[in-house]
Amino acid sequence: MLGACLAVRDDCPNRFYQIDRDMKQSESQSESTQSLPAQAPGDRLTQAASRQLALYAAIVVIALAAAMFGLNYLASLTSSAAGMSRQAVDVENNIITSYLREEPPQMNSLRSSDAVSSMVMAHVMEGLLRYDENSQLAPGVAERWEQDGSTVTFWLRDDARWSNGEPVTAHDFEFAWKTVLAPATGSQYAFLLYPILNAEAANNGEISTDEIGVEAVDDRTLVVTLETPIAYFDRMVAYMTFMPVNEAFYEQTNGRYGADADQMLYNGPFIMTSWVHGASMQLRKNPYYWDADRIKLDGLNYAHMTSDSNTLQNLFKDGQIAIADLTSEMLEEAMFQRWPLSQFMEGTTFYTEFNHRPDRLTRNLNLRKAMLLVHDPSELVNRVIKLPGYLPAETLFPRWVEGMNGPFREEYPLPPLQRDVEKAREHLQMALDELGLEELPPLVFLSSDTPVARIQSEYYQEVFRRYLGIELLIDRQVFRQRLEKMTAGDFDLVGAGWGPDYNDPLTFADLFASWNLNNRGRYSNPELDAQVRIAQSSLDPQERTDAFGEIHRIIREQVVIMPDYERGYVYVTDPRVKGIVRHVFGAETDFTNAWIDVDAGDDQ
Amino acid sequence: MWMYTLKRLLQGVITVWFIATATFFGMHSVPGDPLSGERATNATIRANLEARYGLDRPVSEQYFIFMGNMLRGDFGISYTQQNREVNDIIREHFPVSATLGLLAVLFAAAGGILFGALTALYRNRLPDYIIMFLVILGISVPSFVFAALGQLSLVNVNNVLGFSILPVAGWGTVGHMLLPALVLGLGTMAYMTRLMRSSMLEVMSADYIRTAKAKGLSPTRIFARHQLRNAVMPVITVLGPAIAAITTGGFVVELVFAIPGLGRYFVQAVQQLDYTVIMGTTVFYGAFLVFMVIMVDLVYSWIDPRVRLQ
Repeated sequence: MLGACLAVRDDCPNRFYQIDRDMKQSESQSESTQSLPAQAPGDRLTQAASRQLALYAAIVVIALAAAMFGLNYLASLTSSAAGMSRQAVDVENNIITSYLREEPPQMNSLRSSDAVSSMVMAHVMEGLLRYDENSQLAPGVAERWEQDGSTVTFWLRDDARWSNGEPVTAHDFEFAWKTVLAPATGSQYAFLLYPILNAEAANNGEISTDEIGVEAVDDRTLVVTLETPIAYFDRMVAYMTFMPVNEAFYEQTNGRYGADADQMLYNGPFIMTSWVHGASMQLRKNPYYWDADRIKLDGLNYAHMTSDSNTLQNLFKDGQIAIADLTSEMLEEAMFQRWPLSQFMEGTTFYTEFNHRPDRLTRNLNLRKAMLLVHDPSELVNRVIKLPGYLPAETLFPRWVEGMNGPFREEYPLPPLQRDVEKAREHLQMALDELGLEELPPLVFLSSDTPVARIQSEYYQEVFRRYLGIELLIDRQVFRQRLEKMTAGDFDLVGAGWGPDYNDPLTFADLFASWNLNNRGRYSNPELDAQVRIAQSSLDPQERTDAFGEIHRIIREQVVIMPDYERGYVYVTDPRVKGIVRHVFGAETDFTNAWIDVDAGDDQ
Repeated sequence: MWMYTLKRLLQGVITVWFIATATFFGMHSVPGDPLSGERATNATIRANLEARYGLDRPVSEQYFIFMGNMLRGDFGISYTQQNREVNDIIREHFPVSATLGLLAVLFAAAGGILFGALTALYRNRLPDYIIMFLVILGISVPSFVFAALGQLSLVNVNNVLGFSILPVAGWGTVGHMLLPALVLGLGTMAYMTRLMRSSMLEVMSADYIRTAKAKGLSPTRIFARHQLRNAVMPVITVLGPAIAAITTGGFVVELVFAIPGLGRYFVQAVQQLDYTVIMGTTVFYGAFLVFMVIMVDLVYSWIDPRVRLQ
């Protein structure tokens, strides 16, 4: 009734009708399909309400601004990094700012096992030996060392100091190594010390750690007795698990060694002055470091902890960090801007591992050969993954591995991997005949859930279907579950990768030895095992290198794996920063040799 | 009132206990464990590690040990951040998430109420159409897109200007949190705008508004006292869960803006099967959420006299 009345008086200026009309409009809810005539601009209530709303908005803005001051105070409470330079290059204080991929999980060198902790550790600690700017072994705390059969002797320099001024002695090493091997420490990387006499038995709890073959004869002489003579022990001691720990300080931390900046004693080029967990870390030059003259920077700030590559690129672009890895999108811009670009191969190889257990079809050599014959790593890298820095893998041994006089792969060349569909189909037919099958049932490809693994598994599905008619079922699992399935052997093929633990080809070569726990496809070949034993025990470089060559050949001929790619990065550095080194071993990004070149900044 | 509060608190405790128990057994039934790594560990090292973390005992025993420790307020040591207690992780990182969340909620509530009221006043007119279009956008576009876009725009603005008006990422000043808070609160702001709009429209057609108009109250007073105050009720109802959701759900934003908040730990702990951190953060967040809901119910009776608690 009212509605009918309103319809006539829609444009009525009278206030009461106006109100009625207003109500009518509200009654039919916004969601109703009925479309109503727009309100007249002169609507008093709306106008008054809008004015009121504008007033509230103004008040809200002021209130928010006031709240900001309070929040600013709160934020400063939760980050004690106040006053830290947020410029990529602080010329005045001679400090560089960089980032960490994540919060270092474990800064107690006795228990640490990851790359980020290792990178920080290489800046604040020093072992008997270290890696120099050319990634070669150089004297660290030890000024010289000597191996005589199964006895290795290290002579320590007398000017090596802890950051509290005390000398670094052979006892600090003896204590550290014995603590690593003590069962109660629960050190994941204790196995690296197993070449030392009685080390494994002590780690088992069978004998006391006192019987381990490491002894500080005096403050400056460390004598190590090995279980059997090995050729690569000196290359292992640069790793962080072998770093010294000051016993008195360690005991005094009550199990919190490495938990905070003040819960560590440093003997490296830098000391850690602040560590805001999950946020930032500040390193300053260590005045007690024996080779302090070599260190040109006064400080290094890790101002951000994130693994988001876009964020890091944006931070670089904004002049807040001095180095960043690039994605393909950013690469174009970087080239356009003429930023200094470099490539870094991380030293890892990624490959597809077959399951060689007796109940698996992939145990059949001809099937594996057929799959390798349609496999094309360069297609995978260049046309599928398409990330800057990635290179196609040819074998298990990555590019950095050295032979006798040059790159290992040049001394022991393998025929290149070429797709040969016809030959592949022949091998597939042979495999089917041997297996007594008409048609191959689908194979399970176990994959992780990273973007690269995702695209890679889908690519394989297509390749093997198109060329061989083999169906792959992708089983995508998150990290831990994938490991569980790998260990249980619940797969036909699995995408895997391996990074080196120490600077010797053996770190790759023993991977498919029948006893190696990381050989998750359970490949077992007495011929390969024999070569691994030669490489482990021989002291003759030529004999060892030949053994590596044989292993290299067997892995290819027996198609133990299909090589996929070697991971690397294209990265950009601030033009004013020189001397950043990226190592396969030790610090992934090493600032100990870096310096600020002020002149280079002028034309920027 | 006191009885009611007590009853709700008791229910809350039971809810939290239930969350803790379900998470504990759910977590242990997932294949894999926090000690496995890319490098296979030999039996000796594995046994040493299991003994160190108490994983060598049966799960039921571990449950009672965990419950006992939880009652004492001790969640143990993280598996991935091996030197840090879960309590320290929560204590150091929750304030960051909370500060960011608080600002995000302020943005969301202020924006939601203002824009909601505005769209209702101008229903089916241009401001309404524009804002509602943005609202749909805000609800449907996930926050990582806004985060990435926001950061990229900021970099470009900074580049063009030649100096930083706001930091691109990081934490420490209010400048660091403006953009992340806005991005984080955007979805909630859009949701609240819609809620406020429909609630406002409902109120505008209520009998008491007609009465108010009939007795000749000034439009300003009608709007402020009768319409806005009544329309804001549903928004306040969702405020509690929204605070909890924003404070706990900042994972993506925290990652993109490199903010050391608790959200990162919450998500990464699940990926890494970091048992102690999963339990600590889940119980903490669960308790926080339950507490927020109870708070809203209590506050509600204070704002709306029609609601009486018993």
